Amino acid sequence: MSNTLKTAAIAGAVAAAMTAQATPAAAASMEKCYGVSLAGENDCAAGPGTTCAGTSVTDYQGNAWTLVEAGTCESIELPEMADGSERKGSLEALDRDLPA
Amino acid sequence: MTVEQSQFRAALLDPLQPVPDDLLGPDGRPGTDRFSVYRNTVTVSLRDALGVAFPLVAKLIGPRNFRPLALDYARAHPPTSPLMMHYGASFPEYLAGVAALSHIGYLPDCARLDLAMRRSYHAADATPLSQARLAIDTPGLMALRLALMPATQVIRSQWPLHDIWAFNFVPDAPKPRAVAQDVLITRPEFDPAPHPLPPGGAAWLDALGRGQPFGAAHDAAVADTPGFDLAQTLALALSTSALADAPPQKGLMNE
Amino acid sequence: MLDTPPRFDPLPAAPGVGYKPQHYSDLMADPGPVAWIEIHAENYMGDGGRPIAQLRHLTERFALSVHGVGLSIGGDGPLDGAHLERLKRLIEWSKPASFSEHLAWSTHGAEFLNDLLPLPYTDDTLTRVADHIDQVQHTLGRRMLLENPSSYLRFAQSTWSETDFLSELVRRTGCGLLLDVNNVFVSASNLGYRPRDYIDAYPLDAVSEIHVGGHDEDHDAQGNPLLIDSHGTPVVDLVWALLDYTLAKTGPKPVLVEWDNDVPPWPTLRSEAARAARHLAPTVR
Repeated sequence: MSNTLKTAAIAGAVAAAMTAQATPAAAASMEKCYGVSLAGENDCAAGPGTTCAGTSVTDYQGNAWTLVEAGTCESIELPEMADGSERKGSLEALDRDLPA
Repeated sequence: MTVEQSQFRAALLDPLQPVPDDLLGPDGRPGTDRFSVYRNTVTVSLRDALGVAFPLVAKLIGPRNFRPLALDYARAHPPTSPLMMHYGASFPEYLAGVAALSHIGYLPDCARLDLAMRRSYHAADATPLSQARLAIDTPGLMALRLALMPATQVIRSQWPLHDIWAFNFVPDAPKPRAVAQDVLITRPEFDPAPHPLPPGGAAWLDALGRGQPFGAAHDAAVADTPGFDLAQTLALALSTSALADAPPQKGLMNE
Repeated sequence: MLDTPPRFDPLPAAPGVGYKPQHYSDLMADPGPVAWIEIHAENYMGDGGRPIAQLRHLTERFALSVHGVGLSIGGDGPLDGAHLERLKRLIEWSKPASFSEHLAWSTHGAEFLNDLLPLPYTDDTLTRVADHIDQVQHTLGRRMLLENPSSYLRFAQSTWSETDFLSELVRRTGCGLLLDVNNVFVSASNLGYRPRDYIDAYPLDAVSEIHVGGHDEDHDAQGNPLLIDSHGTPVVDLVWALLDYTLAKTGPKPVLVEWDNDVPPWPTLRSEAARAARHLAPTVR
């Protein structure tokens, strides 16, 4: 692609992207400040209870530890792969699907 | 003898270490069991902070797995800053090394997504790019330097990372399909949201973020992904406020 | 010691609450008797986003107390200079009526342990804590308040009572005190003394703020009661009574209700603040 063609394509893409846009959101108002925080916060309270987790020797010991009842990863299934194997709960690295 | 804080700290994080013997209960007896109040507070508060900070990982492996795992991470890697909002930066790499989780290959990337969402949440405020900045002649456009919003985060992944997130947090989202997805996280106001990036979009945003002009950033994206779709990627970046109007300023409190 | 402590508006002698982000809209719409809020400094040290925006709006409406939980003023190493600078920036833009921290340590070397850990009351500790308070007050350019801890244990090596230790810190540094009467109640029960004796021995003239909060009841291995400062329940009647006893001696003070675990819906916390207002009312002359 020549440089002229390339820049024309870029300009065209920018024009196309801009026509797709709605008006930008207004500045955040006082009301929009409402919402919960996303991270654990610093606190000045003691944890409840005096034993349990804090004093257990350890629940997880490297390779000896195994998954018990699992969460949602058990429901993540992939379709039959090219080699015919079912990949349930264990997605494998996939090559990026590059356009030709 | 005196109780050094190093001895106190060692006993806090390792229940096999002896409790400092200078600590007494009200009857003058050693306060071994009372020391567990501190052990409990430190370990449980760190464990629970990780649960809040890594919601996708916690949901994927379930609370009965997450709790002991997080507790062990907390003991091995206590925070290195008094800002709990930054805790857990090494959790993705830690997960990658846990043998019992090796069959869930996408888990470290999910932890990176959780971490990026939190970084986006606390990032500095800035003004999103005004479209008027793009309505210029073609040579000006090719030389234009933009910046990413401070809250913009990009994660490259060989897994269907966005769809794994959506499957867990968006009602009725479909099960992830076998595709690689780079993820764009933006924060138009206060709530970060992940979006699947078109192929090459990560390279394009990375180049823009490093200060490359618009034309050179496009070249970088095409070099990464020959079929890079600028219109689609730019439309996503504009609609999600991924780009800033000017190089990012310091946080508001630094005015 | 500061030569001429700068003057700031004091907190009002009225109820305040420990601010929780989930209460933002309700607190703005219906604060009840709440005249001021307290934040944990470290939660507002991010670069921007919702926490900062909320705090900006809140400070237009309420007097502010910035309460640090991460400075580790009792740490046996030097204070974290970067953290002190973050505090300075937060205080510069949020302009609180009060800044307070804890008589405790939480940082060891590069590690932050996320708890308020106890100190032996010795001459060495006194010197170290006084030096750290001096450094904080000089860096921030203002007087700070120091809060008494909740104790579960005592140190055999301690040579000072906690009240004498605090009095001496006030004398040496000119700092003020934040008197947590729930902490007094918890410590007195756990270490076997009378809470009122502690209040009687406490340097009440230096008190600029009072905390009340909830605690859990447990037992140690000997079956002795063990109270845990968990901030997850309503304030018990005996702590309100200890507040009355204290306010009768000090006159009206800013009284904060702390609720950090199992945070209830806003009306529950507001009614705790209303109860604090009722305990403050008879002290207003």
